Amino acid sequence: MFWQIFLIAVKAILTNKTRSFLTMLGVIIGVGSVVLLTSIGTGLQSYVSDQFSTLGGTVIFVSPGDPFGEGGFGESSFIESTKPVLKRSYFDEVLRTHRDSISEGVVSGLASGQAKYRETTKKVILYGVTPSFESVNKATPAKGTWFTDLDEQKGARVAVLGSGIATELFGDVDPVGKRVRIASRTYLIDAVLEEQGGGFGGPSFDNYVYIPFTTLQDDFDVELIDSYSFAAKDTESVEQAKKDIEETLSKYLEEDEFTVYDQAQLLETINNILGVITVALGGISAISLVVGGIGIMNIMLVSVTERTREIGLRKAIGATPNVILLQFLIESALLSVIGGCMGLLIAYLGSLAIQPFFPAKVTVEAVILAFGVSTLVGLVFGAAPARRAAQLSPIEALRYE
Amino acid sequence: MLLSLQNVQKIYTLGGVTINALDNVSLSIDEGEFVSIMGPSGSGKSTFLQIASMLAEPTSGIILLKDHEVSTLKETERARLRNKEIGFVFQQFNLLARTSALDNVALPLMYAGVSSNERTQRAKEMLDQVGLSDRMGNAPAQLSGGQQQRVAIARALVNNPSIIFADEPTGNLDSKSGEDIKNILLDLHQEGKTIIMVTHEEDVAEISKRKIIFKDGKVISDSKFDTSHEQTAYGKRKVKKARSASKTKRTSRKKAKK
Repeated sequence: MFWQIFLIAVKAILTNKTRSFLTMLGVIIGVGSVVLLTSIGTGLQSYVSDQFSTLGGTVIFVSPGDPFGEGGFGESSFIESTKPVLKRSYFDEVLRTHRDSISEGVVSGLASGQAKYRETTKKVILYGVTPSFESVNKATPAKGTWFTDLDEQKGARVAVLGSGIATELFGDVDPVGKRVRIASRTYLIDAVLEEQGGGFGGPSFDNYVYIPFTTLQDDFDVELIDSYSFAAKDTESVEQAKKDIEETLSKYLEEDEFTVYDQAQLLETINNILGVITVALGGISAISLVVGGIGIMNIMLVSVTERTREIGLRKAIGATPNVILLQFLIESALLSVIGGCMGLLIAYLGSLAIQPFFPAKVTVEAVILAFGVSTLVGLVFGAAPARRAAQLSPIEALRYE
Repeated sequence: MLLSLQNVQKIYTLGGVTINALDNVSLSIDEGEFVSIMGPSGSGKSTFLQIASMLAEPTSGIILLKDHEVSTLKETERARLRNKEIGFVFQQFNLLARTSALDNVALPLMYAGVSSNERTQRAKEMLDQVGLSDRMGNAPAQLSGGQQQRVAIARALVNNPSIIFADEPTGNLDSKSGEDIKNILLDLHQEGKTIIMVTHEEDVAEISKRKIIFKDGKVISDSKFDTSHEQTAYGKRKVKKARSASKTKRTSRKKAKK
């Protein structure tokens, strides 16, 4: 009998094709936007994970203050981080005393300035790093070679360009061996990096100009160390290395003045943030799903009124209230599920369309969720009209004009 | 005794006014009877049909169908019982639009849980019986009024019910089609079907074998008569049986009044 009732519901939907489609539209848009937006969120998460996995899982970071703490990216930590907390001497001591757990490390600082090559001028971010940056951050040059420890010690005016800024400043010209003016000083280009991507809306790593850390301190009067990054000997020594770093830094700094964290923690934090954003985006778009549900309820109520006589006849010849309830529930659930499937298709096509610009990934979970939620929407919003139909008195219904 | 109403009352409240639509009605109908229910509008004849056919609940009183009390049943049980025991023929036909004659006739069987093949088989037989075997695939809009009513009769018969309730079955038809429907009803009666028919047309009522007249919610006349339509021995037997039944009924009514 269920199959028969199902067929009745299908027939009712097909009888009014245009109306059925318009009814579904709310759910189509709702499911489509929920799935598309969450696909962008999950796409970003997996993109971030992929990026981190290229670093090999042995990198440990040290930042001033507590970037994970309450108000981590807020005012207090910003004020703290403007005071020089991390010093070069601490970094050197860590490297010197913990050779058994740490293989190498990078000190980095940030500045910005105008870069000029011939007639082209660009605002650039200068990233002052020690030469180990190449191996620790897997920043392989596409052309040329990284500056050396010697360059770093003498504060040589040499630079390595990210692939993006290299193209913007030099166009088709090979920048290696050329000179670029940054903040009225001239730097020799040692290398251009391979394209890295990333940045997530912020400046891409491909647009950074890397110079020796001492050069950054001398030329830009930067005292502040942005962070240290250390490479542990292997993945097993990461925990030991973290303890060793903390031990050394604790001699000079208070516990809340610095934070030692590894890639997994950083990844987890970023994923948490992206997770919250994904849920928020999904939640906002879910509102349209509710609106879609109300649309279904509205049309089902109209449909029940229109078909009052039919309901009366069905009841007279033996349809029980539950059978009528089921008929209308199936109809509304079916409207919603078909709408959900169409929305899913649109979201999938949409995610394919934006993939060249943005990482988007429609997951199985999103598909199941969309299907489940649209069924639920149909059942919940179809319940009131179906109940109304089921409770109609056969006499009143047969008399209805 | 097939159907029996004992002291049945139906009271409506409409806009603060209480209407006694059925006022202490007691009557019995035997198997095979062909009863017409008559009376002016507002007399309670339609209310009687609704309550006797279990479409509506009485306010008080007892209804027995095949000696089982049905007046206290819940709507779900009444729906199942209607499906099994009652066939309906309405003035407005009440066929499902955009649904073939065959599917319309098979509908009660679907609610009875009959398998698809058997449904089709039985619906075909019924349509054949009412002379519409060549119209099975047609939707109601493609059929004349008389044909639609024949489909409705086939639908009423398909579950082989104990009683057929007909509410002004010829009320919406031209005289030619009306005659056809009357003949079909007569044939059904002669086959032994129990028919209870509400009508306000005297000539339609004439084909029945018992005429009950309602006024102000009460039965004011209940008479049985022979008609020239009784051609078969079967029919005569039925009338005899009905007469003896009505005697007992009258006595029981007298008792009730006391």
